[in-house]
Amino acid sequence: MSELRQIAFYGKGGIGKSTTSQNTLAALAQQGKKILIVGCDPKADSTRLILHAKAQDTILSLAAEAGSVEDLELEDVMKVGFEDIRCVESGGPEPGVGCAGRGVITSINFLEEQGAYDGVDYVSYDVLGDVVCGGFAMPIRENKAQEIYIVMSGEMMAMYAGNNISKGILKYANSGGVRLGGLVCNERQTDKEYELAESLAKKLGTQLIYFVPRDNIVQHAELRRMTVIEYAPDSVQAGHYRSLAEKVHANKGNGIIPTPITMDELEDLLMEHGVMKAVDESQVGKTAADLAAIA
Amino acid sequence: MPQNADNVLDHFNLFRQPEYLEMFEKKKKEFENHHPDAEVERVREWAKTKEYQEKNFAREALTVNPAKACQPLGAVFASLGFEQTIPFVHGSQGCVAYYRSHFSRHFKEPTSCVSSSMTEDAAVFGGLNNMIDGLANTYNMYKPKMISVSTTCMAEVIGDDLNAFIKTSKEKGSVPADYDVPFAHTPAFVGSHVTGYDNVMKGIVEHFWNGKAGTAPKLERVPNNSINFIGGFDGYVVGNIREVKRIFESMGVEYTILGDPSDVWDTPTDGEFRMYDGGTKLEDAANAIHAKATFSMQHFSTEKTLPLIAASGQETYSFHHPVGVRATDEFLMKVSEVTGKPISKELTRERGRLVDAIADSSAHLHGKRFAIYGDPDLCYGLAAFLMELGAEPITVLASNGGKLWEEQMKQLFASSPFGKNCTAYAGKDLWHLRSLLFTEPVDFLIGNTYGKYLERDTGTPLIRIGFPVFDRHHYHRYPVWGYQGGLNVLVWLLDKVFDEIDRNTNVVAKSDYSFDIIR
Repeated sequence: MSELRQIAFYGKGGIGKSTTSQNTLAALAQQGKKILIVGCDPKADSTRLILHAKAQDTILSLAAEAGSVEDLELEDVMKVGFEDIRCVESGGPEPGVGCAGRGVITSINFLEEQGAYDGVDYVSYDVLGDVVCGGFAMPIRENKAQEIYIVMSGEMMAMYAGNNISKGILKYANSGGVRLGGLVCNERQTDKEYELAESLAKKLGTQLIYFVPRDNIVQHAELRRMTVIEYAPDSVQAGHYRSLAEKVHANKGNGIIPTPITMDELEDLLMEHGVMKAVDESQVGKTAADLAAIA
Repeated sequence: MPQNADNVLDHFNLFRQPEYLEMFEKKKKEFENHHPDAEVERVREWAKTKEYQEKNFAREALTVNPAKACQPLGAVFASLGFEQTIPFVHGSQGCVAYYRSHFSRHFKEPTSCVSSSMTEDAAVFGGLNNMIDGLANTYNMYKPKMISVSTTCMAEVIGDDLNAFIKTSKEKGSVPADYDVPFAHTPAFVGSHVTGYDNVMKGIVEHFWNGKAGTAPKLERVPNNSINFIGGFDGYVVGNIREVKRIFESMGVEYTILGDPSDVWDTPTDGEFRMYDGGTKLEDAANAIHAKATFSMQHFSTEKTLPLIAASGQETYSFHHPVGVRATDEFLMKVSEVTGKPISKELTRERGRLVDAIADSSAHLHGKRFAIYGDPDLCYGLAAFLMELGAEPITVLASNGGKLWEEQMKQLFASSPFGKNCTAYAGKDLWHLRSLLFTEPVDFLIGNTYGKYLERDTGTPLIRIGFPVFDRHHYHRYPVWGYQGGLNVLVWLLDKVFDEIDRNTNVVAKSDYSFDIIR
């Protein structure tokens, strides 16, 4: 068996992180790689396209039923889907209660202790939105994910989140082995999206590893709870995901320690590309009436 | 007033004076809104029934008086077993105050341990700054040779990463880069003190053997003939470790005790305060990798540590807190087999004496029924000893026991006719035990200090063996391992048996026909 490779997908909520990661991993699985997906999102939807299921029984929901995590067996929580990809969802509390971050820690510890990583080539963590607390940084602690892929798009907030995630990686990069593998831009068809993604990657000291074009076939596949790789293997989009998978596979050891930028620098970047107009400081905080009076 | 300066009454007597009795009565009547005495009595009696027991055992969400403590307590225990080592708990001060007082109440000795004093801001922003300052302060103020870091609930919930934090602290100059700071994540809400002991022991072994967190090359094992010994979380550690050393020395065995707090919890009063005393030397902890084998006295205290040690190529053997003749035989014979050193004449004679003592007192223990609660390995060792004595361990309960333990207890019961009517209860608490003591009465209860409430409520005489023992002094100085240890346990059992016989025969002109001088 080759050495275990651990990667993680981070990115703003709703950016298409789970879709991108599942398609990429499905493509890797077709190349014969043995894969384990660890969903680290309380929504527990990181594996639905692989399993064709609405939502999987999560580690934490089963643990809550059984009394404690110690009462669980690996078979209870691990499902096998498309191309024998093993899937687990850590799950977590309902919105507004409890601590989802602790859930991620508990789940990953459980999986390691139960030997879930034995005999796989790839472990992929799919992590919710932003690195909001220490728990969501669990996948980037030492001896966990070696490379992080940030899924983003040309929108301001997606880029902001990508920058924030880089800050999280930087915190752990010096003491541990985690590196930023690159950005994956999921096309939203915003203005100058490719150029923006390229320059953000440059600012962060990394590369835009792939620009995934927008294609409705992704939605068609999703409605059927499938990856494009499985739904339409001969489609152009499936080809894109396969190329992305190859790039990720070839990117082993090429990760870098990111150089996150400040909010001002990020805004400058947007202005540089004309996506955002320079703010006239004299107008900040003025109501329409005020402005009319000045004019 | 009943109290005056010439004759100060202790509270025992003071609160029995008429003024106080009147006040208590008034308080009950006017403020407590109490139920009628008859109703209280009815419920009390009902709580002794089988019907109540069924409800009690159907409890799902409530635990009442679990017989276990949290991981960080075990973490501090394990850390204190190393030379000039200070346990550093990443968390709030109150937690550490508990570990210190808990040990001090049991061992009647000060227990040194520091915290990173996490407060609200640390909970929000992460405890990195607390780690940086805490390590620097600890290093400069207490001059330890090693700082052993563990965690509490708070640090674990917010996901503080010790590995990253310690590395960053070293970069910031809190302690030198090559200074020993082993660490272990010990969330208080997972497992018990036994798990915490295991995690820290594993963390320390990993630190010294696997390259000191990247600051030194990994050690290459060059096998020699010595053995390592790990005692596990043990309330009798002061007596036990000394006894084990004596045993090994009498056999001429080369050994390393991994984790030896026997001196720091038994410092002499001679005018000098010893913050540190004794303990496993750090170089010995590192050199322990070369040993032929590692012996763990308590399987469940080393469930994660032993596999790590085995991965270095060593043989590993674990026991269940051996007490008595057969269990000590098995331990010594295995040590002898592995080291090639014969069991000494001295030990053989001690064995004979223990057998003799058991035979002398057999009539008083044979057929007696016991309930035991405590840590999983202790329960196993005591139950095995009782069966060896011809007594029946009817009820054995471990709040921190799991499925594996329950299975092993069943096998133990099946190995002897005295185990026929015995049941093991894993994961149950002392309120479950209370029901069992009513519905399945036994002659004696074995447990820690908290058992005195069960003794009071159920009338089952308590023999104090376990951790913690707060209300009797100095038992921790006596070993319970080895043949000498078996003798101690035998004596403690018999003392209670005879006390009970005396208590039952001491009414003048009624039961004193058996109030005998000779027992």
